Amino acid sequence: MNTLFFLIQQTMFFTIPLLVVALGGMFSERSGVINIALEGIMIMGGFCSILFISFMQDTMAGQPLLLLAILIAMISGAVFSLLHAYASINMKADQTISGTALNLMAPAVSIFAARMIQPSGVQQIQFTNTFRIAKVPVLGDIPILGDMFFQNVYLTTYIGVAILIIAAILLYKTKFGLRLRACGEHPQAADSVGVNVYRMRYAGVMISGALGGLGGLIFVVTTSTNFNATVAGYGFLALAVLIFGQWNPWRIALAALFFGFMKTISATYSSIPWLVQLQVSGYVYKMIPYIATLVVLVFSSRNSQAPKAAGVPYDQGAR
Amino acid sequence: MKTRKEKTGFRIPDLSRAAGPISSIVAIAVGLMIGFIILLISNPARALEGFAWIIGGGINSAKDLGNVLYYATPIIMTGLSVAFAFRTSLFNIGASGQFIVGALGAVLVGVKCTFLGSFQWVVGLLAAMVFGAVWALIPGLLKAYNNVNEVISCIMTNYIGMYLVNWIVKSTVYHQLTNRSLPVANEANIPKLGLDKLFPGSSINGGFIIAVLICIFAYILLNKTTFGFELKACGYNRFASRYAGISEKRSIIMAMVISGAMAGIGGGLLYLAGSGKYINVEDVLAPEGFTGISVALLGMSHPIGTLFAGLFIAYITVGGSYMQLAGFVPEIIDIITATVIYFAAFALIMRNLLQRFRLRKGGERT
Repeated sequence: MNTLFFLIQQTMFFTIPLLVVALGGMFSERSGVINIALEGIMIMGGFCSILFISFMQDTMAGQPLLLLAILIAMISGAVFSLLHAYASINMKADQTISGTALNLMAPAVSIFAARMIQPSGVQQIQFTNTFRIAKVPVLGDIPILGDMFFQNVYLTTYIGVAILIIAAILLYKTKFGLRLRACGEHPQAADSVGVNVYRMRYAGVMISGALGGLGGLIFVVTTSTNFNATVAGYGFLALAVLIFGQWNPWRIALAALFFGFMKTISATYSSIPWLVQLQVSGYVYKMIPYIATLVVLVFSSRNSQAPKAAGVPYDQGAR
Repeated sequence: MKTRKEKTGFRIPDLSRAAGPISSIVAIAVGLMIGFIILLISNPARALEGFAWIIGGGINSAKDLGNVLYYATPIIMTGLSVAFAFRTSLFNIGASGQFIVGALGAVLVGVKCTFLGSFQWVVGLLAAMVFGAVWALIPGLLKAYNNVNEVISCIMTNYIGMYLVNWIVKSTVYHQLTNRSLPVANEANIPKLGLDKLFPGSSINGGFIIAVLICIFAYILLNKTTFGFELKACGYNRFASRYAGISEKRSIIMAMVISGAMAGIGGGLLYLAGSGKYINVEDVLAPEGFTGISVALLGMSHPIGTLFAGLFIAYITVGGSYMQLAGFVPEIIDIITATVIYFAAFALIMRNLLQRFRLRKGGERT
């Protein structure tokens, strides 16, 4: 039973950053802008917020510091994504190109800035992790459920779940969501009924920036105690989860859970007795999440639900 | 861009050939300018010295120039791989995996097949090509038959390839002490073709010539053959191509396979360069694949443009290594490259400006 609780807790560590970032990518692509820059945005959000934590941790600690860092991560991610928005919306640039530029820019800038700003002159940013919640009061005492979801967690896990619910409501139950989706499917039609396509696309990209930055912070805080200008390819994995999830919030959540669980098995197989007994090379477990995803895709990709106008710059004058 | 031309049916003068290099050069100028500003911010006293290294470091000596060509070789190949796929409207983000799987093929032949004598390097490169092609066949097949988005399958095959290569290296050609692959036999190294005399002290070898030849081959294949036309047509519109009698499944698969073969050769060219390069057993994706995306974009997805883009990035990278002498971090080079690519994305706006300019001029004449 303890193994099960451990697995579920670990799965959350892998799933939540993927979920949050993929949901961000969903808003961007649903508005019609392909966002391959998620990796770079995550790095930027992680960099700014971890730098903030490392400077403030002498005066603050615990959840208040984490909440402020979350705010910083979201703002910095959104601001950084403006570069992508400007290129792909105003300048009608190829969205893959500007996204790639951002991916290259983010680690370079964060290494450069970390060396400039930190008194020690090194590129790694150290921080003390004071954010883990050993047990949520009251809820943590519930048998089984308490062990699974309310012990040994981070606040960010609940924020991630909340974002999922808000995202689904925002996309399908509000005027804003309807307009956003229209801009990704048929911008000319949206424009003809008075929707400002440019503004909606800016909104989409900036939401993806905010959530991408937040995802970067969540990834670093839950897996490490220093930031070294990388999020280990999680931005690209989130992109994969987004496509896997067919641009739909609930399916994205399932895809992120699936991938997170597979990733957990591959990361922790050595502490699961019956898996160790199989005597299979560790590399097999390392490959399993990726192979499993490919296999699932083979059976689930018949009908792609990609937004029709994603990747096409909107030109008001085009016929 | 192109779809718009088709939609309107109005034949606007094709200035893409003229606007291509011009917008790239403008982008490079802007990138260098921003690089200079960053140097000024970080250390005004030595900024000029640092900038001089970026501009001139690559031609500081014959050795440096040789090393520029050596560094350019693998990224030209991965760039070509990505560019080739782009021309057929596929986004091969999996060049990283194909590159390292190709490198594995080359290293396996290079270590194990010593009986091949002086043909060993040729067989090694062929193995790299086949390994890379096979690795790209997976996303190709999945795209053609199961409609799996190639971006996601390429990301997955990148990781699978990385782990698989580490696993195979560890169980076949592993050097325990250094945690990397065994050195390849001397005959497995690509001949220097006298280039080492021309650029003494550098790591250059015949691999650069091979890369240039493959660029030319790719240009001819894409622009002068029916097969290349079919690949491109299929990229523009899968269904229209099928209607025109082109087997669209075969086209998608072939495009991916050729693209993967190119990335694989890139891996072979680097790991058989005789420059002391080994496959390190660590969980890191090969960065050459991602640099390839930058190279392809900067080269406007044109095979010859890719060649020059690869040279440019290698050139400022060598300059950047010298820039450290003036006390600057090498990441400034990445910032410059990123800026260049970012502004290269504005090509469409620049092209439109040029077009308006031309049209106005033409209007006055008539």
